[in-house]
Order: sequence, then C-alpha cells, then structure tokens
Amino acid sequence: MPEYLTPALAYVAAALLVPFVPKGALRGLYLAIVPLAGILIFWGLTPGTYNAFNVMGMQIGLMRVDALSQLFGLAFSVAAILAALYAWHLRDTIQQIATLLYAGSAMGAVFAADLITLFVFWEGTAIASVFLIWARRTEGSFAAGMRYLIVQIGSGVILIAGIVLLYRETGSIAFTAMELGSPATWTILAAIGIKCAFPFLHNWMHDAYPSATVTGTVVLSIFTTKLAIYALLRGFPGTELLIYIGIAMALFPIVFALLENDLRRVLTYSLNSQLGFMVVGAGIGTPLAINGAAAHAVASIFYQGLLFMSVGAILFRTGTARATALGGLYRTMPLTMIFCLVGAASISALPLTSGFVSKSMILSAGGYEKMFPVWIALLAASIGAILHTGLRLPYLAFFGSDGGLRPKEAPGGMLAAMGLTAALCIAIGVMPAAFYALLPNDVPYEPYTFSHTIVQLQLVAFVALAFALAVKRGLLPKAERGIVLDTDWIYRRLLSAILGSIGRLIAGLWKGAGRMIASSLNWGAGIVYHLHGPRGPFARTWPTGAMVMVVAFLLGMTLVVTYI
Amino acid sequence: MMSLIEANLPALQVVLPLVAAPLCALLGRGDRSWAFACLVTFVTFAVSVALFAETYAGTIISYRMGGWEIPLGIEYRVDRLNAFVLLIISGSAALVLPYARRIVAAEIPAERQPLFYTAFLLCITGLLGITITGDAFNIFVFLEISSLATYALVASGSWVNKRALTAAYNYLIMGTVGATFFVIGVGMLYMITGTLNLADLAVRIVEHGDSSTLRMGFVFILIGIGLKLAMFPLHLWLPNAYAYAPSAVTAFLAATATKAAVYVMLRFMFTVFGFDYEFQADTLRMVVLPLAVIAMFAASIVAIFQDNLKRMLAYSSIAQIGYILLGLTFLTETGLTASIVHLFNHAVTKAALFMVAGCFVLSAGTCSISKLGGIGRDMPWTTAAFVVGGLSLIGLPLTVGFISKWYLVLAALELGWWPVALMIMASSLLAIIYVWRVIEAAYLQPAPEGVVRKEAPLSMLIPTWIFIGLSIWFGINAMLTSTAAGRAASALIDSSHILWKE
Repeated sequence: MPEYLTPALAYVAAALLVPFVPKGALRGLYLAIVPLAGILIFWGLTPGTYNAFNVMGMQIGLMRVDALSQLFGLAFSVAAILAALYAWHLRDTIQQIATLLYAGSAMGAVFAADLITLFVFWEGTAIASVFLIWARRTEGSFAAGMRYLIVQIGSGVILIAGIVLLYRETGSIAFTAMELGSPATWTILAAIGIKCAFPFLHNWMHDAYPSATVTGTVVLSIFTTKLAIYALLRGFPGTELLIYIGIAMALFPIVFALLENDLRRVLTYSLNSQLGFMVVGAGIGTPLAINGAAAHAVASIFYQGLLFMSVGAILFRTGTARATALGGLYRTMPLTMIFCLVGAASISALPLTSGFVSKSMILSAGGYEKMFPVWIALLAASIGAILHTGLRLPYLAFFGSDGGLRPKEAPGGMLAAMGLTAALCIAIGVMPAAFYALLPNDVPYEPYTFSHTIVQLQLVAFVALAFALAVKRGLLPKAERGIVLDTDWIYRRLLSAILGSIGRLIAGLWKGAGRMIASSLNWGAGIVYHLHGPRGPFARTWPTGAMVMVVAFLLGMTLVVTYI
Repeated sequence: MMSLIEANLPALQVVLPLVAAPLCALLGRGDRSWAFACLVTFVTFAVSVALFAETYAGTIISYRMGGWEIPLGIEYRVDRLNAFVLLIISGSAALVLPYARRIVAAEIPAERQPLFYTAFLLCITGLLGITITGDAFNIFVFLEISSLATYALVASGSWVNKRALTAAYNYLIMGTVGATFFVIGVGMLYMITGTLNLADLAVRIVEHGDSSTLRMGFVFILIGIGLKLAMFPLHLWLPNAYAYAPSAVTAFLAATATKAAVYVMLRFMFTVFGFDYEFQADTLRMVVLPLAVIAMFAASIVAIFQDNLKRMLAYSSIAQIGYILLGLTFLTETGLTASIVHLFNHAVTKAALFMVAGCFVLSAGTCSISKLGGIGRDMPWTTAAFVVGGLSLIGLPLTVGFISKWYLVLAALELGWWPVALMIMASSLLAIIYVWRVIEAAYLQPAPEGVVRKEAPLSMLIPTWIFIGLSIWFGINAMLTSTAAGRAASALIDSSHILWKE
C-alpha cells in the first residue's frame, strides 16, 4: 500500500464524493465499501510509524501501526460497515457525510503517533458527530447538539492546552505513555476524561446520545467513548487513579439505568457502566488488564451497538423508545427481539458470547493482582448490567405488559446489520483464540475454565431468578413517565437557579456600571480615534521639516541613551 | 564558459541588472522594454537561486571585485543570510515584473515606460548590491542607487495622482537624511579603524576598544538605517510613498526595500558591532524594543481607520516591521530566526496584498475601501487572494504569518518575557479588524450603482496567486524557510560576541 495514504484521508476523500453518488442502493454500497478500503490501507502493514514528517521542529506521525492501533482501527472499520448497513434505508446526505467524517476522524485519532495529530482528529470527531444529533432537526436536538458540541470542543481545547504544557515541559509531542504528576498530564487526562464520560464529566453523553437520530445514536455509541478508552490505554496505562474512577463509573449508572424510562437512555447508562470496566482495566495496567480493556472495548462496540440498533429499530417502527409505551413487541418484531437478546446475553457476559471472553479478562486481571475489592465491585457492576440491560430492557420492550403496538418488522438493512453484529458477538464468544490473537499484548489466557463458566452462569441464573421473582411480586421498579434526574440536575436546575439570582444582581449593577463603562469606552475610543484616526498625529502626512525634527530628536535621544 | 559564469556569480548578480538598465532605456516604447526587463529579472533570480543553493550548506563565497586584495578592494561576500535576502529580492522582482505590464500600461504614459522599467532595474540593482556587498561604503553607494531609482519610481505615480510628487519629495529628503547619517556613521568607523570591509571592521573595532567615536558611529548607523527600514517613528515618509507610487512599484518596494534595510541593520548590529560592548545591546533594548512594540500597536490602529487600501497596507507594513525589529532586539537565536523568517513571510504576504490592491485599481479605478463594496462578486479571484493574504497577515495557522508569529512568541517565552508575548498576540487581533473591514466591504456591502468591474487579467492574477500560494505552501511546510532562517540566525549569533552575556 502506498505510504502516504492514511485511513482518515481515505474517509475524508470518500465523504467529499458522497453527494455525487446517486442515492439508493449504490450509495448504500459505497458507504459500506469505504471502511473496507480503510482496512486495506492499514492491514498487513508491518508495525511502525508511517507518514512521519517534521513541522516547526515537531515530529508529526500520521500513522502509527501497532497491535493496539490496528485492533481499534479494525473494530472501528467493521463497526462502520455495520452502521452503514444499518442506515441502508437512510436518504439523508448530511448524516451520511457526517458519519464518514466522524469515522474517519476516529480512525485518524487511533493511528495518530503524536498529540497534535490526535488533537486535530479529536476535534474532528466532535465537529463531525454533532451533525448526527442536529440531523433530527428538532429544537430539542439542536439545543442538545449545541451542549454536546460545547463539551466536546471544550475537551479538545483542554487537550491542546495540555499538549502545549507537555511540549514546554518535555519538548516532545509524541503520544506515548505518560506519568500522571505534572499539570500537563493532568490536563490531558481531564480532556480524555470528558470524552470517556468519567463520573461528573459524563452528562453530555446522556444528554446527547438519546437526542440523535435513529442511526445517529448507533454511530455515536461506536466511536467517541471508545476513542477515549484507546487514548487512556495508550497514554495512561497503569495509572492507579483510573481504577477508582473506573469503579465509580461502573457502579453509579446502574441506579439510573434501572429507573430510566427512555430505552436509549437506559443504554447510554449501561454503556457508561461498561466503559467503567475498561477504565479499570487501563488502571490496573498489567498486560492482561490492557488486553482485557482493549478486548472489552471491541466487544462492547459490537454488543452495545447491537443493543442500540435493536432499540433504534423499535424507535424507527413505533416512533417511541419509552418503555411505558412499549411491550409485547415479540409478536411482530421477532427477529429484532432475537438479535436484542443476543446483545443482552453479551452484555450479561453469558458464556459463548463476546462479553464473557472480554469481561472475564478484566476480572481475572484484578484477581491476579490480588485486588479483591476491585474484583467485588466489578462483580457487582456485572450484576447490574445483567439486571438493567440483560433482562429489564428486553423484558420492557418485547415482553412485559402489552403496549398494544403492532409494528412491522425492522427494514431489511437494519435486520442484516443486526444479524451480522449478533453473529459477530457469538463468533467472538465461540472462538476466543482468534480474537485474542488480535490483542496488543501476548498473554496466554483461557476464558472457558470451569470456575469462570460456573461463576458466570450462577451469576446470570440467580439474577434471572431474582428478576423473575421481582416481576412476579411486582417489585420491579416501575418505569415511570418523566425524566430521571442525574447529576445534570446540578447544572440544569440548581446552577441555573443560582446563576439566575446572581444574574439579577449583576444586571442591576451592570445597568449602573454599563453607562459609566460605555461613556468611558466612548471617551477612550475618542482618544484612540483622535490620535490614530485619519486626521490624528499618527496618520497625518507630516510636513517635511517636522519629519526631520523627529529624526533629529530620536538621534539625540539615542545618543543620550548610549552614554547612560 | 559555464565555469566562468559560476566563478563570477556574485558579480553577475549585480552587474546584470545594472548593465541591462541603460539598454532598457534604449529599447523604445512598447512592450519591448517590459519584456527585456522581465527577462533580466528572471536571469537575476536564477543567479540568486544558484547562490542560495551554493551557500545553503554553509559555504561562504568571498568574491574580490576586480581582483583587488581584500580589505583594500571591494569584497562581495555571500553567506546564508544575504543569499536568503537576495532570493527574496530577486524573486519578488521576477514575479512583480510580469504582473506590472497591464497595470503600468494603465498608470504610466507609453513613452515613459522604458524609463520606468530602467528605473525599476536600477532599483533592483541597488537593493541586490546593498545585500551582496561586504564593503560598508559600497553599501552606501548601492543604497543611493536604489533610493534615487525609488524616488523616480514613486514620483512616476504622479500621472495618476499629483500627490505622488510630494510623497516622492518627502521620501527624497528623509531617504537622503538616512543615507547621510549612515555614511557619517561609516565615516566614524573608518576614523577608528581605517578600513571599510565589514569583516575587517568587525575585527578591528574590537582591537581599538570602546570610544566616543564608536558610540557616535553606532547611533548614526542605527538611526540612518532605521530611517530606511521605516522604524517607528522614522516611518513618516512611508505611507504616502507606498500609497501614491504606481501599484507595481508599491508591491515591489513593500516586498523588498525595507527588507534590504533590515538586512543591513542585522549585518551591522551582529557582524560589525557584534555587541562587543554593553551599550550596544542596551541601546537596542532601551530604544528599539519599545519603539517596535509601539509600532505594532500604533501603526495597526492607524491602519484600522484608513480608507485608502494601499495606505492601510502601508501602515500594516510599519507594524510588521515592528515585529521584525522586536525579534532582533531579543538577541537570541530564536528571536533572530523569527525576524529573518518574517523577512520572507512578510515579503510574500505583503507583495500579494499590494498586488491585489493593484488589481482593484486597474478594474475599479480606485482602492478606496468605501468604494469597493460588493467587489467580491465582481472579482472573485482577486478578492479571494486578499482574504488568504489577510489571514496570513493576521497570522492564522497554515499561513506563513503564523510561522513568524509562532517563532516570535516562542522567542519571547524563552526569555520569559510574558508581557511581550501577550502584546504580540494582542496586536495580531488588531490585524483582524483592519483585514475584516476590507472583507466586509468586498462581500457584505452592496456594489455601487452603475459600476462595471471585470476580474483582473490573468497576467496579474497568476503572479498574485503565486505569492498567495507561497504564503500557504511555506505556512504548511516551513522546513525550507525556517531552516534557512535558523541557520542564518545561528551564523549571525556566532559572528557576534553576544554569547558573553548569556
């Protein structure tokens, strides 16, 4: 393959050509083939940095190929193909272009060998993806998109600030493992933390993802957060702080996921919780843990994507994703139901699914390091995942109380995408060895040991039993209409109330000060204009004599200065 | 034959346009004189490229004029720094002359055109001579050649606007004062050392030690050259000279005249005086540094209020010279790199912008901003060139303007001069305002009634866009320029005695 090509470039070029491809099957095919071309560019390259050049003394590398970047690149590419299939019915050029640019930016960021390139693509993902939210073309989605954009761009700005600090500190912009400790690395971690939806930095996700279009949410769930996980694995492996952050991340969304009514919001909370597992893996930092985090990220791209796809199909057919309005859909959407169950099984880490082979690696890594509390916490989070996404979500959507809706089965493209994704989830679970061969570190690991299988089966069985009993006794928390308040209450209500009263106070002061400032500004501008305006002394044409006087004066002054 | 040419390249660089100038006058009216002048500048440019390539690795060419022994005879000395400046000067000339044909035809009567091109060639001769020579008095001679030619060129704008005559007169007085100061300064150095060769001067000044004569000479040279390079507040001749000169002349002068003067300043400060004594560095920091900072702001603010596009760009040039001088006063390698790279970057950007102004003059008959309403629709390519050039002037990333500002800010931070770094950035914001005024007029305001404006001819658009292309190309791939500038800067630092202070 030619060396100057990068997958990002291919995607961007392809995105520019989208409007010229006739809408319909041809364009659908085109969109699905682009990621394939992307794979061809990096696959099979010997590890190393390609497309490296020097800009103002900084080493830029557009394409670093090693096992980690290849793994994420491959997962992103395959996911992009599946997303293109899923969006086969779509006739919205803007979304198609945005998807390609978004995927391309994510690929570019994954292959970036230096932080400047990372930054460029980091912002690229932010800008391209917001169109997937705006494409819903409602006022709410516009506002949500705006909030999303501000947060994402903010993350980029913090990142570049960190990069500048790091460059001042070390003189290098290479994107390698960093030690937490200096202001530079803290800043960079904060930037990644926003994209990764660390606790208290996570609200953008639950705000934006459910506001996007049907296909947009699927695409969004693939790239941004996994890119952040990649950045953590690359930049901060073995940072102890990440373990605690990850545990908090894995645990706290469970409650919200259990209460939430909007199924897409349920899924964003469960995605958030799954990200916690990966952050813990990055924090443990042993080769096995890194492998586990990477594997879980890849597996979660697919099973989480599958779940988003199935809920998206429901939304597409029924026009709602609210649990209170749904129920009993198994009658008319049996295939969607089956695929959803495969996704649910995967996230529950049932043996023979992808979740099992990836999640058990992180758990084992914690166990090997004798981190007992970590192990327990992750186990608790697993139970939560089984409960809120593995059981409750399919139950509310497809079984449970009949909502009376009788929609058609999902369209062919969606079914094909879900079918392939489901097959992939199972294939990874059945053939873990092939999957493990792609992982960055060469650590032998066998997921299907007796104890693993039994523990996981017991877990699933008992949770299922408890769930069944709860349903029977009516103990299951009822899905209520309304919005579950997350910590975003702080900035949506409390902060706005506080700001409101401060605002009124300031408004009063402002009115008084405003007049004063305005008059003094006028006065200042008047002076500036008086001096610099067309008739001012700085701009006037001076008489020759006066010019020579200035010269003489400066000569005299300079002479005096030399003798001081 | 080839080896003969190769051995005499430094002489050819100057002699070629010098001999061509009178020939050009003999060619008679019409395009012949223009075509001949063009040809000469192309060959001159080729010579500069050859010299640049030869010195890029670090060789210093020392050429003895007429075979006289140095330091008695005149030495032409080409090193990385002046090879870079030669390239800027002859390259600008080679692009401005093709551009000039149409606009000169519109601004100068046909029978005067051969004389115009003659003066142009003489001006090129002078600027190249200033840059290439290694002899202090020779610098003065070439300074006069270029200045006299420039006065005539500026005055030739009087066919369009009579004010060009007073502008040329003022320039004449001020330029002569500057040249006189310079030659007085050189005379004082000659009093102490008895030599005029720059390299020799550098050695002997150290031998003779500090003295009042040396200090006087230093100040006279500083102020004399300061006048020539339009250091604030010695810039008063510049706005009118640029505004009323024929458009092609303005584009060429803006790209080269002040740059050659900056080169002389660098050469004298670092190679000849070399900061042997503390007063030299102190003078720079106490006089030139504040003036440079004031120039960055005062001239930019004046530019905001100007209505004449050429005058606005002229004031912007004064501000840009402030940046160049600022880099010089840092007395560090990064600062010098910033100055030298900005010589090139500003030449490219400002030449392109003045060329755009020339295109406006040709098509719209005016370059008054208030009368350029809606011109972006009538002259899309010309106006787009202005937008890109304007962005470079502001210093947006991916343009050369950014490269210069980057090095400049870096140099300020290296010294820990935070306030200066902030001021550099703040003054860049002023550039946004004056560039925006033009963009607003060109795109957002309605066109005046009953005005027909055609897109500028290709012969003018192509050179303009070549400059714009260069300002983008070297903004993205700054390797060549910044390496050349960095090497020249380190050579300058090495030739001075500045290191004892660090």
